[in-house]
Amino acid sequence: MDFLRPAGWAEALAAKAEHPAAVPIAGGTDLMVEINFDHRRPERLLDLNRVAELQEWEVGADTVRLGASVPYARIVAELGGALPGLARAAHTVASPQIRNRGGVGGNLGTASPAGDAHPALLAAGAEVEAESVRGSRRIPVDEFFTGVKRNALAPDELIKWVHIKRATGPQEFAKVGTRNAMVIAVCAFGIALHPDTRTVRTGIGSAAPTPVRAAAAEEFLAAALAEGGFWDSGRALPPALAGQFAELAAGACNPVDDVRGSARYRRHAVGVMARRTLGWTWESYRRGAAGSTSGEGAA
Amino acid sequence: MRVTFTVNGREQQADDVWEGESLLYVLRERMGLPGSKNACEQGECGSCTVRLDGVPVCACLVAAGQAEGREVVTVEGLGQEGLSAVQQAFVDAGAVQCGFCTPGLLVAADDLLERFPWPTAPSDDDIREGLSGNLCRCTGYEKILDAVRLAAARRGEGA
Repeated sequence: MDFLRPAGWAEALAAKAEHPAAVPIAGGTDLMVEINFDHRRPERLLDLNRVAELQEWEVGADTVRLGASVPYARIVAELGGALPGLARAAHTVASPQIRNRGGVGGNLGTASPAGDAHPALLAAGAEVEAESVRGSRRIPVDEFFTGVKRNALAPDELIKWVHIKRATGPQEFAKVGTRNAMVIAVCAFGIALHPDTRTVRTGIGSAAPTPVRAAAAEEFLAAALAEGGFWDSGRALPPALAGQFAELAAGACNPVDDVRGSARYRRHAVGVMARRTLGWTWESYRRGAAGSTSGEGAA
Repeated sequence: MRVTFTVNGREQQADDVWEGESLLYVLRERMGLPGSKNACEQGECGSCTVRLDGVPVCACLVAAGQAEGREVVTVEGLGQEGLSAVQQAFVDAGAVQCGFCTPGLLVAADDLLERFPWPTAPSDDDIREGLSGNLCRCTGYEKILDAVRLAAARRGEGA
């Protein structure tokens, strides 16, 4: 085995171009498990810990540019305002020790259907900026997951930034597991209200071969909210509306039976989480609308 | 490969380190520091918790080469002269049974108390969350929680 230790980003890209099979390691919280258990013997490891940019983030007017290696702990501590959904999801990752090392870049690189960041990224709206010596490109997160633990990266590419839309409304993340800490999601659900565009986006984790959005549920809800004038009135949502949203969200699942849960349970639980998180975010939106001084949208 | 980093304030070196080796293995098997325990090797149990540049991490999930040039503090570094306050509190509260999880819990508890400097005391929820990455199969955790509360309270006595 070879241990490549680039001092900076350009050097990392050059190393990846020269050795496309080199496996990047940042937090190591996925990869080291595989190595410790002899499930994987990469010929080369490409250590990204020395690449300073990957640990940085920048909160812009509309988006947050998040370095691939920013640990979950920093996201929880510092980005809860701009990225509430992702911060909540990050808080559910494993344990403090793991949150101190792991980050979104590794979550995307592993591309597990159960990755905790994915539903939050899908719901918020995000682009993954991948770079190689050939140049850089932005991949919408909706198109990033191509199969179970497969993603859209080319062999010579590395993830540099994730550009995530800043929250313009309430966001939530819910996850089902057997305890609070150290849990791989049985299933998970992320939701983001986008009052600026009067849309709602969602993300489902661990209930399909890849993380997915519940497109039909999103479309139904956006239409129902517009038709009923809910964004302006800030009225409470009728239970039937939330129920239908939940049903459509459950319908977006394509789960399997495995050791963590049955397909039937996952579908059911996703529906429950969809209904609850919609309730929480909508209540939060209503409170915000009622407290707004713009005169619009008083409850 | 050769790996050099600072452990408990002293620079240490290990040769012939396999590139896929964990920091935990290097500490235990090459540097003679068996305090950090090897249990699950998958970041579940926290018994290998050490500080890497001040931050608690699972040493089993850090590749040895990633520690190059950095600062590691293990449980051996907590009480350089006798027992540290947290260690003493674990003894006094009866928080140690088989002892296997204890080194990791001590490092995690030490970090927790640092994040809540006197006169702030961590709440029970803070303690539970701070120690949520450390499994104990003996105590049922109550004595461990007692120990952390005790260590937090004793800081006010100038102990």
